[in-house]
Amino acid sequence: MSQRVALEASHAVAEAVRMADVDVISAYPITPQTHIPERLAEMVANGELNAAYIPVESEHSALSTCLGAAAVGARTFTATAGQGLELMHEVVYIASSMRYPVVMAVCNRALSAPLNVWGDHSDAMAVRDTGWIQVFCQNGQEAFDLTLWAFRVGEDPKVLFPVMVHLDGFTLSHVTEPVILPEQSEVDRFLPRFQYPFALDPDKPMTHGAFGPPDIYSETKLAQEVAFRKSKKVILQGWQEFGDIFHRYYHPVEEYKTEDAQTLLLTMGAFTETAKIVIDERRDKGESIGLISLRLWRPFPFEEFRQAVKGAKVLIVFDRCISFGLGGPVFAEIRSALYDEEPRPKVVGIIGGLGGRDMSEEDFDYVINRGREIAEKGSDRILETVNIR
Amino acid sequence: MADELTWKDLEVGNIIKEAGNASFRETGDWRTEKPILDKEKCVKCALCWIYCPDAAIKPSEEGYYESDLYYCKGCGICASICPERAITMIAEEEK
Repeated sequence: MSQRVALEASHAVAEAVRMADVDVISAYPITPQTHIPERLAEMVANGELNAAYIPVESEHSALSTCLGAAAVGARTFTATAGQGLELMHEVVYIASSMRYPVVMAVCNRALSAPLNVWGDHSDAMAVRDTGWIQVFCQNGQEAFDLTLWAFRVGEDPKVLFPVMVHLDGFTLSHVTEPVILPEQSEVDRFLPRFQYPFALDPDKPMTHGAFGPPDIYSETKLAQEVAFRKSKKVILQGWQEFGDIFHRYYHPVEEYKTEDAQTLLLTMGAFTETAKIVIDERRDKGESIGLISLRLWRPFPFEEFRQAVKGAKVLIVFDRCISFGLGGPVFAEIRSALYDEEPRPKVVGIIGGLGGRDMSEEDFDYVINRGREIAEKGSDRILETVNIR
Repeated sequence: MADELTWKDLEVGNIIKEAGNASFRETGDWRTEKPILDKEKCVKCALCWIYCPDAAIKPSEEGYYESDLYYCKGCGICASICPERAITMIAEEEK
């Protein structure tokens, strides 16, 4: 029997990693990710998890260690946040380019300076182009589910890409919630053993990580992009299989009360649940409004996204990051994704929730009201923001 | 060679399954200077053979150590290390 327990979202991630029977964990502690590797280290020390826990001196080494382990066919996991993700940045690209299916939880955190350990999406946006499959979680259950799913999809021989599971620092990572933990037998049915087809073996020597001069580099990147786009099929298949076993179904774009909605609000991550309360209230008053949440961030779910916004007049994109000199990075991508659509909603962007600044229901009310106003009259501000003085 | 491959020909992660195929690559075409050995001065000490970073220097049947220009990148370490100054680097275009 599966059981419903109270778990901190970080510990839910650790439980998923334990139930995935991971072989190698290498991580460096950083707020707000610390509770994940801390709990995993405890599990290994207690004998609850038969894995190698490899302590390292930096995040750069943490991910490098995982790549080395994956190269011999080990199931690997790491976790980081904010500055830690920045420090491992070059290895993040190497993981996807060398096709090692590491799973990494990122407890989203703001970037220095000024030093700030609290949540926003700046760290996630800085790695959006790195070629990792990336998903965003809204609650503790999703943190558990998507971590488990990440191994299933990343390690699929038709995929072999690393997977990043984003959960908002503190507002999700440190929140204790009811989480349904499945039976180990169900997990085993969902998640087969990792069979890496190119594991390094002294008896069958081969080269991983050869250099790529100008006469071949471009071809390697095209091959990578084609394979990455094709991973979408297994991503969807993985969610279907997950739903069939665990009875919770996930989608690249999660829709909430979008039917016939004239106005749509777009959010990612944990604040989505706060925004839903506002949508409920407005729907009760008879407003034609709904919410869409990007679950799958990479590869970008163009098809599902265009389908989800069809018929809407106004789409308000809420960003927890500034791309300096551009605006909201999600907003920019969303607008670009809709450029060829006819008709398409008016797309406006509002930025808030930076560096741990909370987003209340009133703040989302402002986002919706101001968003509609901008859609109608335009904006003469450098940047449209919410709850920033 | 690599310039005949398309993106469809590449292995997952650009893995090279054939071990040791770096020997097919003509790294000698990177060279701007090449080493010339003066056999009058050479004492066959093999220091150049030891120091060559590309293992491009090989002993000949007569016991001299000569560069394989298919691989030699022209770094000049052999000329620099030679105690008898028997190796001179000359520009590629000076034949």
